[in-house]
Amino acid sequence: MIRLDNLTKVFDTPKGAVTAADHISMEVPSGEICILLGPSGCGKTTTLKMINRIIRPTSGKVFINGEDTTSLDTQDLRRNIGYVIQQIGLFPNMTIEENITVVPKLLGWDKARYRERAREMMHMIALEPDAFLKRYPSELSGGQQQRIGVARALAADPPVMLMDEPFGAIDPINRAVIQDEFLKMQQDLKKTIMFVSHDIDEAIKMGDRIAIFRAGKLVQYSEPDELLAAPKNDFVESFLGEDRALKRLNLVKVRDLASEEIGLVRPDDTLDTALQRIESYGYVNSIVMVNHKRQPVGIITAAVARTTQGHCRDHYQSVPVVVSLDDDLRKVASLMFAHDMTWVPCVDDDGRIVGQVTQRAITHHLGSRYRAHSKEDDGAALGEASPSSATKE
Amino acid sequence: MPTLNLSGAIRLLVLLAVFLAGVWSQSSGVIDDFLFYVPDIKYLAVQHLWLTAMSGGLAILVAIPLGIWLSRPSMARIAESMMQILNVGTTIPTLAVLALSMSFLGIGTVPAVFGLFIATLLPIARNTYTGLKGVDPALKEAAAGIGMSPAQRLLRVELPNALYVIFAGIRTALAINIGTVPLAFLIGAGGLGELIFTGIALYDTVMMLAGAIPTALLAIAVDMLIAITAFLVVPRGVNPGRS
Repeated sequence: MIRLDNLTKVFDTPKGAVTAADHISMEVPSGEICILLGPSGCGKTTTLKMINRIIRPTSGKVFINGEDTTSLDTQDLRRNIGYVIQQIGLFPNMTIEENITVVPKLLGWDKARYRERAREMMHMIALEPDAFLKRYPSELSGGQQQRIGVARALAADPPVMLMDEPFGAIDPINRAVIQDEFLKMQQDLKKTIMFVSHDIDEAIKMGDRIAIFRAGKLVQYSEPDELLAAPKNDFVESFLGEDRALKRLNLVKVRDLASEEIGLVRPDDTLDTALQRIESYGYVNSIVMVNHKRQPVGIITAAVARTTQGHCRDHYQSVPVVVSLDDDLRKVASLMFAHDMTWVPCVDDDGRIVGQVTQRAITHHLGSRYRAHSKEDDGAALGEASPSSATKE
Repeated sequence: MPTLNLSGAIRLLVLLAVFLAGVWSQSSGVIDDFLFYVPDIKYLAVQHLWLTAMSGGLAILVAIPLGIWLSRPSMARIAESMMQILNVGTTIPTLAVLALSMSFLGIGTVPAVFGLFIATLLPIARNTYTGLKGVDPALKEAAAGIGMSPAQRLLRVELPNALYVIFAGIRTALAINIGTVPLAFLIGAGGLGELIFTGIALYDTVMMLAGAIPTALLAIAVDMLIAITAFLVVPRGVNPGRS
């Protein structure tokens, strides 16, 4: 757990005092990733760097797992916090192994233990230990270097990690891969992480919570879905972008709003039956045909059913699209648009049909959250009530 | 029979020229004249190297800590002005430095070593300072962020990454040093300058060469020695020669 209590930084500049972080109070529960998000110069990096005292706070306190860090020795404090920076900062004079084992060595681990740990870390970040441990950072690609950067931060197994735009310098394709790998690692490691980003999509993907900063102040601190559904003010709204409803699609899984009700036909059914079901279920274009295991084998189009006589098994076309329960709605919406469908069937891990997702269900899901929140806001005192846990002690 | 290409022909010409030079020097007695100076060369070369080792060694011992000290963040305010003073120092011709040091230290080895020390100090301090200042700030931040103490940061991160630049400074400085040692003869410290300046005074070409050629060879040898040391000492990851 990381708790910030009225953390403030005032820089003395020739033009006068500049408040880079103004009484920031927030709490990141154990095992969660908190994204600090905002435009440049908003104080997010300053706030992050005050936690490990790269920047010394003017006032305020930092608590880690309930302990006030003010009294801790700076070096001890930092050795127990993983630190990843955008420029990666691997030491070019050291091999990969030496880089990864820097912190364990500082902590006085014995040789066998830290060498074993280096191999363990390499397995964790999916790089072959024998191929990489003896090499130097300059011999690695940017993506590999940042994986090593993450491994170095995790080597001594600190409970808390600070990450300053860690994937910002990596090309978009590799960035997505590393983000996915990192999230997978985090599922097991359950570190408490503060993560600075200026990329709203990254924040939504990575964050359990998002803190929006502006001009040194914490504007809103919420879970991503909450944030997108109910931005607290115009600044947050414009920062999230006008397509924020679409961004929410990333956060919802098919599982959350698939309905079990789905119209199906079997190969033995007649086309008349198919037409009836298309109409009774409100499908405009087509209906799915399944085999005896409920696996989709084809679709019967309304046009064929209307004009032809016979059995479904003789007149089906291939299934254009199915989605699985763990896909996010962004993919579903994209497939719907691409295939001109108002619904898509969803299947379980064995490929059996378990239900459907309709366009209506999606719009309803997004809309209902909006409606709920606008009602709430109307009821609350104008503009001062916090819609989430932000800034609560 | 293979045809001779251009480089082969040039090689042949060079060999011929060397051979003819050998024949000429043997027939004119230059080689015998030169051999006459060998005991002198041996004695003076040792003296020459000793002057270099003393002044150069002292300079390294003083300049590197000086460079490190000036590169510390706490010194940031005065570091640049200190460097400017050192730079002004470099612009004073070495002969003038020797003359100055003679005027208050007298003649002999001590003023010579002092003068050479001053001339050698500056390039090393300058390169140590620039090398350390040039270490990527991201590295320093990473080193601090993972919990290294200031001393650990200096020894494990900053110095290894600046070492190549520091060695370049030592190389330049010692090249200047060994080339300046002949001037030390002028204030009575000996060295190969004795043969060179006496040769000039007597208009004795062979004597002059007996001083000049070993001086040149010593300069090349010391330069190579430092290059080899740098190759071996600078860590592989930051060593352009070994990547």
